[in-house]
Amino acid sequence: MIAALGLLIGIIAGLLFAPDVPLSLQNYLPIAVVAALDAVFGGLRAYLDGIFDDKVFVVSFVSNVVIAAAIVYLGDQLGVGAQLTTGVVVVLGIRIFSNVAAIRRHVFHA
Amino acid sequence: MPDDTPDPTPEREPGPAGDAPGPTPGRRPEQDPEQDPEQDPARDRLRVAFTRPSSRQAVVGVLLAVLGFAFVVQVRDTAANDTYAGVRESDLIQVLNGLTGTAERARREVDRLETRRDDLQDENSARAAALDEAEQRVRTLNIIAGLVPVSGQGLRVTITESTSRVSVGSLLDTVQELRTAGAEAMEFNDEIRLGADSSFQASVGGIELDDRLLEPPYVLDVIGDPHVLRTALTFSSGPLESLENDGATVQVEEPETVEVTSVRDARRPEYAEIDEGQ
Repeated sequence: MIAALGLLIGIIAGLLFAPDVPLSLQNYLPIAVVAALDAVFGGLRAYLDGIFDDKVFVVSFVSNVVIAAAIVYLGDQLGVGAQLTTGVVVVLGIRIFSNVAAIRRHVFHA
Repeated sequence: MPDDTPDPTPEREPGPAGDAPGPTPGRRPEQDPEQDPEQDPARDRLRVAFTRPSSRQAVVGVLLAVLGFAFVVQVRDTAANDTYAGVRESDLIQVLNGLTGTAERARREVDRLETRRDDLQDENSARAAALDEAEQRVRTLNIIAGLVPVSGQGLRVTITESTSRVSVGSLLDTVQELRTAGAEAMEFNDEIRLGADSSFQASVGGIELDDRLLEPPYVLDVIGDPHVLRTALTFSSGPLESLENDGATVQVEEPETVEVTSVRDARRPEYAEIDEGQ
């Protein structure tokens, strides 16, 4: 409940304040969002599995975001930023799919 | 699908270990459905999470708020981002390449369409020119054949019989001389238009032109160059003299405009056919 409220509050705040993304973050925010999405779906799956732990969730959320952004940053420094971004998105996309599939089995038994 | 991988969330690996510190609050809702086989543990847990929010959810809520915020900001930024600031150089190069290709294609298309437009315009003007020429031709032929009323410069010749009748030959001579002098349209007595197939005939009542009786005085309207026409009439032993010898008085006027109002019926040629083999 609180979690859903938090998501709602975040969306509303984003709509209300509508800040501009700083130029230096423009390459990393999208990838960070995807990484956070992955962490959220992983956490939901763990919760449905009954193995959810908030500390683990916080750590995985933060580290996911930081690592994803760091990989892209590294890629930018090496001149392969676009390709690495694609790679990270692919990996995270696969993980999101598998997590959502597990959640689906829990919720719908299908 | 990779959904049957043993552990798709490696960060969750400490999960089972982290399970140990929090089994007492976390286990309870899941143990109840285990006793009741009809109840589903996962769904039950979801229900519990919504109906009995715990303080543990607060930190999750905060993180989700951050995620939602970032998500919305990014979506809005992407939607509103029409500048290329902050785009990687390689991406910019690709964008530029794409634009160059598109522009090149567009230019080729423009060239093609312009060529086509020019072709069509040429065709159109050629057709218009042909049409113009045909119309001009129709006008000319109509005038020559005497199918339309005309007006213009010319002469009005009035032949009044005084002592005796004018002979057909003199009248025919007059018309012939006027034709030679370039008369473009001729009319007798404001009612009979002269054409290529007009014919004079002497009859009992007088002179017939195209099978219609000509009543004296004969008024001949001629359109053409007035000076040339007048010269054609007045040279020595010309038509004027022969008419006067016939005993008629001839009066030649030069009005501002000569009106030739009568028309002939177009007769369809019965025997002559256009020779296409020309």
